[in-house]
Amino acid sequence: MVVQTIVEDFPPIAATPRRRLSWNWLGVVPFFAFTALFLLLPTGLLMVGAFQDADGYFTLNNIRNLFTETIWNAYKISIEVSLASALLGALLGFLLAYAVIGGGLPRWLRPTLMTLSGVASNFAGVPLAFAFLATLGPTGLVTVLLMYFFNFSLRSTGFNLLSFWGLTLTYLYFQIPLMVLIMTPALDGLKKEWREASSILGATRWQYWRHVALPVLWPSFLGSALLLFANSFGAIATAYALTGSSLNIVTILLYAQIRGDVLHDQNLGYALALGMIVLTGASNIFYIWLRARSERWLK
Amino acid sequence: MAFLSIQELRKVFGAASVVQKFDLAVERGEFISFLGPSGCGKTTVLRMIAGFERPTSGAIRVDGKNVTDLPPNRRNVGMVFQAYALFPNMTVAGNVAFGLKVAHRPQSEIAARVEEMLKLIKLPALGNRYPYQLSGGQQQRVALARALAIKPQILLLDEPLSALDAKIRVSLREEIRTVQRNLGITTIFVTHDQEEALSMSDRVVVMNEGRIEQIGTPFEIYNYPRTRFVASFVGTLNILQCRVADPARGTIMIDEQEIVASRGLNGAKAGELRSVALRPEAVSLREANGDWNRLRGTIEEVSFLGAIVRIRVRFKESAVSLDTFNSPGAPPPERGQSTIVSFARDDLLVLDGAEPA
Amino acid sequence: MKRGRVWSWVAIIIGAIYFFVPLIATFEFSLRMRRGTHSFDAYAVVFSDQRFQASFLYSSVLALATIVVGVLLVVPTAYWVELRLRRLRPLVEFITLLPLVIPAIVLVFGYLRIYNSSSWLPLTASERGTDILLMFGYVSLSLPYMYRAVDTGLRAIDVRTLTEAAESLGAKWPAILFRVIFPNVRSGILSGAFLTFAIVIGEFTLASLLDRPAFGPYLQLIGANRAYEPAALAIIAFAVTWACMGLINLVGSGARGTAPAR
Repeated sequence: MVVQTIVEDFPPIAATPRRRLSWNWLGVVPFFAFTALFLLLPTGLLMVGAFQDADGYFTLNNIRNLFTETIWNAYKISIEVSLASALLGALLGFLLAYAVIGGGLPRWLRPTLMTLSGVASNFAGVPLAFAFLATLGPTGLVTVLLMYFFNFSLRSTGFNLLSFWGLTLTYLYFQIPLMVLIMTPALDGLKKEWREASSILGATRWQYWRHVALPVLWPSFLGSALLLFANSFGAIATAYALTGSSLNIVTILLYAQIRGDVLHDQNLGYALALGMIVLTGASNIFYIWLRARSERWLK
Repeated sequence: MAFLSIQELRKVFGAASVVQKFDLAVERGEFISFLGPSGCGKTTVLRMIAGFERPTSGAIRVDGKNVTDLPPNRRNVGMVFQAYALFPNMTVAGNVAFGLKVAHRPQSEIAARVEEMLKLIKLPALGNRYPYQLSGGQQQRVALARALAIKPQILLLDEPLSALDAKIRVSLREEIRTVQRNLGITTIFVTHDQEEALSMSDRVVVMNEGRIEQIGTPFEIYNYPRTRFVASFVGTLNILQCRVADPARGTIMIDEQEIVASRGLNGAKAGELRSVALRPEAVSLREANGDWNRLRGTIEEVSFLGAIVRIRVRFKESAVSLDTFNSPGAPPPERGQSTIVSFARDDLLVLDGAEPA
Repeated sequence: MKRGRVWSWVAIIIGAIYFFVPLIATFEFSLRMRRGTHSFDAYAVVFSDQRFQASFLYSSVLALATIVVGVLLVVPTAYWVELRLRRLRPLVEFITLLPLVIPAIVLVFGYLRIYNSSSWLPLTASERGTDILLMFGYVSLSLPYMYRAVDTGLRAIDVRTLTEAAESLGAKWPAILFRVIFPNVRSGILSGAFLTFAIVIGEFTLASLLDRPAFGPYLQLIGANRAYEPAALAIIAFAVTWACMGLINLVGSGARGTAPAR
């Protein structure tokens, strides 16, 4: 009898939720409106435009024209620079992070490294290009000192800052810290007990790395490398300041195109942009997948 | 000769002496517990046996061989960690097989042994699961199987049940003991839970602040604690203040009531303040006959714990906790009731000095 | 393990060299303006340059506007999602990660196409309008970092329980938002704010293609034409970045975000 009364006291369920739901949705409308207008729409229309010609008809011509020599070369160089700086940055960043976390170094080094990495990973663009010019350029400090003290000419080794390897080296300045910042939490996740457990079960250090640590770390490592790749691919300011248009990477090509319609074909520009998004998008999706996978293991 | 012999083991971290003069001889097949509060050094000693810490001085011998300087991966010792420490990238079978794999045993041998181990821990069907798919209790059993797969000489367990739910703790406790008995493997079990230590061990080593307080069977350390620390740490204990009345006759005063203590008053002077200890199960809520001690008091608190009813009786300044069994026919007494408690003279433990205020 | 220690130190030392030498070199270079001696002439020239002051001011103001708009956009959204619209979380997070995928140059390309003089929202038709467009672009660029900083802060304080506690004590939602939520995510907001400032100050692509007198294009201009001033500017830019990062650390946990100005 008591139960029956309680059930009858409550109003039918259908009435209330609809009202409450609409107020909640109102709270996020500004966000969705903003991102729609200033993030999704511009990008989306560009992507659609890549498949249109000047009159608005559907075509695959733009995509086909991506493979013409200038543009394809630009992509090639961009990908090469990004791969080089991503792989090197990932490896060196990993070693640095490992040295600080597991290398038996004083405690205070870790927060210091984190702070410096935070600063260095944001120090990019024009100032970074200047900094490297001032260091390894023709009148740079290191170049001059090498000549002065060791009578060693940097130029004689064939090294030129305004080149592929010069740009890669410069990119590493923010790639390595980025890697350090991303990998540190992953390395933290390597529990001390695993090392001890493997050791007490008879494994050597190398066996531990081969069977436990590296398998656990490689999704994070690969994912971070991908992030570095996407990061490098989308960069422009540093390259523009350093190598200008002598090293024709995709971002600079697109920049010139937007600036002065160098390609004489706006839709081709859209295709360029599309190509960029596909590459960076794929990298990021792969990164997220890898991260989710490693998080599942380490729950 | 003892199977595991630890002699004059010491460990100093910087300025702190964490383990002081630890001596222990363990027979083959014995189950020993290290019992003590956090920071007492029990885990440090365990880790020195495993080889993760180097002793500052002293020696550890296993089956006659001095292992003090051997690295952990050469000692053939099995270890189960508090946080399970299962390798997340390997299946259960992979984890259990790990020790054999790194020893380059043939595949057939590994497979057979893994199957044997999984049967031992009663999880034969979970070989292909990953650690994150298992419950805490299951993970710990796999950790046990992994440690035993390499047929170690000694099994070390570092508070393996602390991270588990109460019910699982109890069942796993029994399982570990059964497995250990069946295999006859010498085992050292570190815990801060005295119920675990008492129920599982052949002998218990009670530690405090880096020192051994007492080594003995569970019966011995519970009923004949040698120091105040052991008395208060192992089991619950009533500690009461008393004033010595007549040392010759053995009478003492608790809150102006006189009782007799049958031992422990040697060298005491009249008027001295002392502490006495009483186990709850020694106290009875009846007026007993003969030469049992009797004390008059008021019932202050009644806690119905199911099978046990815990009653606190207050005298004036002091109070005593006693346990009686639940009896469906006789409901527990009411608070505020006047009552008499009794206990045998022999059950009264006189401790040195007065209880600190 | 001893052997491992040596290699760790080697790695750290090499890292330190790679990090500090360019800075030292740049600083030294910036002191070379007066022939034959070291002086702060380059800095004097830079600081007294009208365009430096104007562009730095412009970018700073824009950065502040970006921060305000960003906070007003992100905080209520993060709060609502955490509290009542949990199911939307993956979608919102995905959107906030998009600016990391879409390069700035693509974004500005899209802006120029949509919001030019002949569109339904002709933002680029006027200077003020373009400023606003630039600011919205910056809000988009800093969205991932701002959202993550605020979201981390919100999650750390268990918003749901706090709100329920406040409600049970009789508070209405404005009071809850301003008296309970905002103070607790303040450090997250500040972290996001400093990061945004660092991003906006050094940003080049958007400002250049939208043709606004910001600091980034100014740096580029000086770099192309002058010899010693760029080095001084690089040091100044580094100092600003350092200050921002330092303030973030000071403000507390927050998200350790990174935002390559590229």
